[in-house]
Amino acid sequence: MSEIPGQLKFTRDHEWVREHDDGTVEVGITDHAQTALGDLVFIELPDTGGSFTAHDACCVVESVKAASDVYCPLAGTIVNTNEILIEKPELVNNDPYGEGWLFRLRPDLPSELEGLLDDKNYERLLAEDNE
Amino acid sequence: MPFIPHTESDTQAMLRDMGVEDIEELFDEIPSELRCLGLKGIPKALTEFQLARLMRERSAKDQIKLNFMGAGAYEHHIPAAVWEITTRGEYYSAYTPYQAEASQGTLQVIYEYQTMMASLTGLDVSNASLYDGASALAEAILMAVRINRKSRSKRVLIPKTVHPFYVDVVGSITGNQGIQIVQLPYDNETGQVSLSALDAHSHEDITAIVIPQTNVFGVLEEVHTITQWAVDHDVLAIALVNPVALGLLKPPGEWGPDGVAIACGEGQPLGIPLSSGGPYFGFLSCREAFVRQLPGRLVGRTTDLEGTQGFTLTLQAREQHIRRSRATSNICTNQGLMVTAATIYMSLLGPRGLRRVAEHCHAKTRDLVSVMSGIDGVDEVFTGKRFHEAVLRLPVSAEAVLNVLSEWGILGGVSLSSWYPELGEALLVCATETKSDDDLKIYGQALRAAIDQVSEA
Repeated sequence: MSEIPGQLKFTRDHEWVREHDDGTVEVGITDHAQTALGDLVFIELPDTGGSFTAHDACCVVESVKAASDVYCPLAGTIVNTNEILIEKPELVNNDPYGEGWLFRLRPDLPSELEGLLDDKNYERLLAEDNE
Repeated sequence: MPFIPHTESDTQAMLRDMGVEDIEELFDEIPSELRCLGLKGIPKALTEFQLARLMRERSAKDQIKLNFMGAGAYEHHIPAAVWEITTRGEYYSAYTPYQAEASQGTLQVIYEYQTMMASLTGLDVSNASLYDGASALAEAILMAVRINRKSRSKRVLIPKTVHPFYVDVVGSITGNQGIQIVQLPYDNETGQVSLSALDAHSHEDITAIVIPQTNVFGVLEEVHTITQWAVDHDVLAIALVNPVALGLLKPPGEWGPDGVAIACGEGQPLGIPLSSGGPYFGFLSCREAFVRQLPGRLVGRTTDLEGTQGFTLTLQAREQHIRRSRATSNICTNQGLMVTAATIYMSLLGPRGLRRVAEHCHAKTRDLVSVMSGIDGVDEVFTGKRFHEAVLRLPVSAEAVLNVLSEWGILGGVSLSSWYPELGEALLVCATETKSDDDLKIYGQALRAAIDQVSEA
């Protein structure tokens, strides 16, 4: 059973979103996603300052046998990226909700957060996928 | 014999199963104007013996001429062992490895090839080859545009001293990807990229620059100065190099303050016969930081669970079968057989052998130029230092002279009049290590006579 922290929001594409007091959000991929991908060997981060709409492919996570796009969960502008991952992509496997965060985003419309899944709904989504 | 496994009754059974009457129905959704119905201009099929006879007749028309042509394809001595080994069944039948790890021999050849090309270009990694030098340059440019995120313009500087065919191929491959090619003029005196024309671009957003070494005139470019300029202006430097010249010259990995980002070129001089223009192969190498943008196959060396050396395909996640439309390139394959020959050629020569080939080429061309310059009205056009080609101006039509020489069994060079009309009656000549002093003497006499014949006509 993969870990699903209660205080985060989730997307159907297995990204997580953490809200910060300054109005920005932190984005990463879920424990379920990193397990499915396997050992990550490379992460292509978005450019700081780049702006995306929701569901834009903005980042690539690559394991030994697959590469997968990470979609921007909300429309917004990238304010920071986790550069350490370029050298240590395994942090995403080891600590997907902590040190393995991918990027920080300033959402264009904070109300878009309402559209994301909470932990219970994300858990249900995983259970349905399993069936 | 049709090499199709389905019999007519297999086909009918499949159609019945799908509830379709006719194979044509399967293509219904394709608009008729997009369909290519029949191949026009293709003559009727020949039987095997008719075809063999036709080809024999055609090949009999080939003559072994004394060859002084270069311009991108070069006649070199190929040790007999190269193709003797390359055409062994084990190599000859092995195309790109599909059951990759089962083909350890093929993988090892590619690994050795990559190691040699990385070392020859002075860069960290090489791919397993591409179709030819021109398409390698196009891939290098696509790479550069992906790598250089500081630049938004997708403008790429290509000197006019790059072979015009290469520029055409680059245009075909990159033209629909929003990449703009800007041509840089050359200095009329030296035959090198004009540095003042280059400086004029200093305040523009330029993504990449192509630096040929040697250039289409056979002249050596100021590669250090141009690479330094690229570094100073956040322009990605791409070296387009002759691999034999690298036996003698500084590798692109050492140009400028800390080398170019990407090097590419035509691999034909490394043991591949001229054979009417192909197949040849392109090489492409880069710094390790850009390896994920490098298209094509990469083979790595590793150890298995028992501690034995093994070879494996690495970084496949960039390729089309995994990344689909977002793959690094549509190119996954490599020129396996040509690469095998080149690897054996390089291993037989070694760095010292390659250097000696390069030295001989340089010396023969110097001698050729001095023979030619002794003829009235024939002068070398450029003052820039050259490797194994030179441009000479003739007092009469270069095309006409070449026609006369050809009748006498000599391929006298390449006329530059259609590519570079501003040079007048200019002839690009090349003498490799294959030319003896007698050959040069014969050429000199024939050229003198041909010029006389043309001027009297």
